[in-house]
Amino acid sequence: MTNLLDVEGLSKRFGTVQANQEISLSVKPGEIVALLGENGAGKSTLVKAVIGLVKPDSGTIRVKGQELPYGDTAGAIARGIGMVHQHFQLVPVMSVTENLVLGDEPTRFGFIQMQKARRETTELSKKYGLAIDGDAIIEDLPVGMAQRVEILKALRRDVSLLILDEPTAVLTPQETDELLEVLRNLAKKGVGILFITHKLREVMAIADRVVVLRNGKLVGTTTPKESSESQLAQMMVGREVVLHVEKGPGHPTGAALEVRELEVLDDRKLEAVKGLSLQVKAGEILGIAGVEGNGQRELVEAICGMRNRRRGTVLVAGKEVPNLKPHEVHAAGVAHIPEDRERHGLVASYSISDNLVLNQFDQEPYAKGWIRDLDAVARNGEELVKRYDIRTTSASAPASSLSGGNKQKTVVARELSQDLPVVVAAQPTRGVDVGSIEFIHKQLISARDRGAAVLLVSAELDEILSLSDRVAVLYGGKIVATFDSKNANRDEIGRLMAGSQGSRS
Amino acid sequence: MRFRLSYFVIITSILLFAYFYSQNSIVTSSVVFTAIPFALPLALAAMVGVMCERTGIVNIGIEGTMLVSAFTAFFLGAILKNISAGLFVGIMTGVLVGLLLSVMTITWKMDQIIAGVIINIMAAGITSFLYRQNYSIPSTFTPIDIPVIGDIPVVGPIISNHGPITYLGIIFIFGLWVALYKTPWGLRSRSVGEHPSSADTAGVSVVRLRYINVTIAGAVGGLAGSYLALEAVGIFERGFTAGKGFTALAIMIFGRWNPLGAFAAALFFGLSQAVTNQLMIDEVVQIPQQFVTMLPYVLTILILAISAGKVRPPAAEGIPYEKEKV
Ligand SMILES: Nc1ncnc2c1ncn2[C@@H]1O[C@H](COP(=O)(O)OP(=O)(O)OP(=O)(O)O)[C@@H](O)[C@H]1O
Ligand SMILES: [Mg+2]
Repeated sequence: MTNLLDVEGLSKRFGTVQANQEISLSVKPGEIVALLGENGAGKSTLVKAVIGLVKPDSGTIRVKGQELPYGDTAGAIARGIGMVHQHFQLVPVMSVTENLVLGDEPTRFGFIQMQKARRETTELSKKYGLAIDGDAIIEDLPVGMAQRVEILKALRRDVSLLILDEPTAVLTPQETDELLEVLRNLAKKGVGILFITHKLREVMAIADRVVVLRNGKLVGTTTPKESSESQLAQMMVGREVVLHVEKGPGHPTGAALEVRELEVLDDRKLEAVKGLSLQVKAGEILGIAGVEGNGQRELVEAICGMRNRRRGTVLVAGKEVPNLKPHEVHAAGVAHIPEDRERHGLVASYSISDNLVLNQFDQEPYAKGWIRDLDAVARNGEELVKRYDIRTTSASAPASSLSGGNKQKTVVARELSQDLPVVVAAQPTRGVDVGSIEFIHKQLISARDRGAAVLLVSAELDEILSLSDRVAVLYGGKIVATFDSKNANRDEIGRLMAGSQGSRS
Repeated sequence: MRFRLSYFVIITSILLFAYFYSQNSIVTSSVVFTAIPFALPLALAAMVGVMCERTGIVNIGIEGTMLVSAFTAFFLGAILKNISAGLFVGIMTGVLVGLLLSVMTITWKMDQIIAGVIINIMAAGITSFLYRQNYSIPSTFTPIDIPVIGDIPVVGPIISNHGPITYLGIIFIFGLWVALYKTPWGLRSRSVGEHPSSADTAGVSVVRLRYINVTIAGAVGGLAGSYLALEAVGIFERGFTAGKGFTALAIMIFGRWNPLGAFAAALFFGLSQAVTNQLMIDEVVQIPQQFVTMLPYVLTILILAISAGKVRPPAAEGIPYEKEKV
């Protein structure tokens, strides 16, 4: 049986970064291959070379034995390769359906059959258990939804090789399980799957073979049977990684962040946060557990001044912070790690250094009066790049040249390096490799230990349970229960997240 | 909001028209009739802008495209004593200018504003250098009396009796609207102008589509120039397009990059000029000629001031597509 994909001796250099070096890899029909590696190891570069988005410097790519020319995306698609991109390839102003059919539209007499396309969307979303509204406009969708569209787009065309670049980073655990099931079924039908993820649990669950990259080189191939999660982590990072969080007891003092009777609408103008009140003390981490879509995004955005508070107040150190003024909320002492780094965290075309001072570029020491002090900006950039281990050629490179996880580290570096009294962290480790997760977790804990109030929102229950001092369960826009993390019971929290009545509140 | 505004404009216009028509039907019809030749070159030029910008290429060379095309259409028409040949040459000239813009902006990834400026300067230079007096075309394109439609009361006299390029142009505008919103070509073109890497990853060649659209747009610019020389005026002079290609950009923005929106905006422009002309002929108002010629520019500034910040251009406009930056 010929291999679906054969990559041989593939190399690619960006300036001084050797993103891929002599990589060889193959995928057989019906095989699920997991591609692992640290942020910036070159995973995306490799798969982008296969789909023709990156032109390799050398090496050959063969699909079903046939050599593929460099940079021929249309040709790769025509040969049955489908790809779910790490950075969504969706047109923001168009509808879900339009995005799904783009490039392969159902037509009649030269006109697009929109009705038929809409029906297809509904069928597709039913078939794969990924619920989506075909008429929704992409830019109004939360990232989790956009991810579903990106996945459905690849599944819509009959593919024989499916490449998924971190498809589960923004999915809820339930959605992830469903996706893994879909992938298993596809593999049974003979589709080859190349799957990139940072979540070792997923790798152990579905991979037939695991390929690990480090610094652009292939450092090993193994199978889930022959290895363990910690072995895989070690292969990726090249050192031992602590997969569980180590933290001492917190020393909470007075309330630093307070939310009172908050009411917020979502994008469809429906009430998403319904009279919610909470308190985070200085020196503690309050984790918000909940299934995505229960008001987390709206809560965070309303606190940070990015979404209208219809009713209710937000207080920082006892003082009310203004509504809809993100800059002033920041000035009041709130650091914000947004859930969508591409949209709200970074300006892609600005340099990393500029991104690292994005919310204080006009203040001392980065500006003197009207004039920016670019030396100070550059110095700060270099220091943070080193301290937060942002893998880049230079702090003056544009943020768009960073790999996904390094973008996340850039946002984290900017927000946590300012030592603000309140930290609102939404999905802080999304798309980040195991080594960096360990690092970001340590940073959040040290923020707590220096006396910051940390509000942590995460779709990963494990992350919430291991980091938080207190856990609040959010369901239907309300906090239905709060636990001390010492007596938190995973199953009970799971039940509350799913909407059943709790025993305590 | 947007929808209600456009309904409001349409209803107000109909009511105003009805009122004036009941007061003086002949003058009202003739004013609206003359608005069309004022509006058409602007509308066609705006289509050039729509086609280019929707795929992400800023084209400020529309003025130059129209100018050279008017020039070649007129002189070839005059030399060959055949205006149809002139029209063909005018359109082909537009195609060449479109190709030139494509090469500069898509292949060489030049700054698109500079590329447009180059086209405008070249057009002004070449046409005034090669300009000769004492040439004339045998005739302009003659108006067509459309059989049944021309007999409809009220509307008939306004829309009948225009020249062939006028009808061709109007059909093109509606066709472009349909193509842009109802066909795969339109969906792909719009996605290339908004988010080219999405189109690319869906198997749509960004470079090819941009080439095709900018070149076809060039042909439309050629048609607009030929219209001026061969149908509207029947002569050619230096600097003959008088800024219409720039006004068209304002019209395109006012029409929100939508062919029908731009057509409506162009009609509004045409109407305002026709009304001013009529007021001067009737000596209702005594305005110096200079102020009348100023009108399109003043309107342009007003329109841009009103719509600034409220409209949203195609997101990828002006940015050359580079694969590896995805
Ligand atoms: N367009 C580009 N220009 C310059 N450097 C780039 C570009 N794309 C990627 N790189 C660099 O190449 C290296 C590999 O990046 P790549 O995106 O392949 O990493 P990755 O393994 O996918 O990481 P992540 O898990 O964070 O997504 C990184 O150092 C990155 O900064
Ligand atoms: Mg990546």
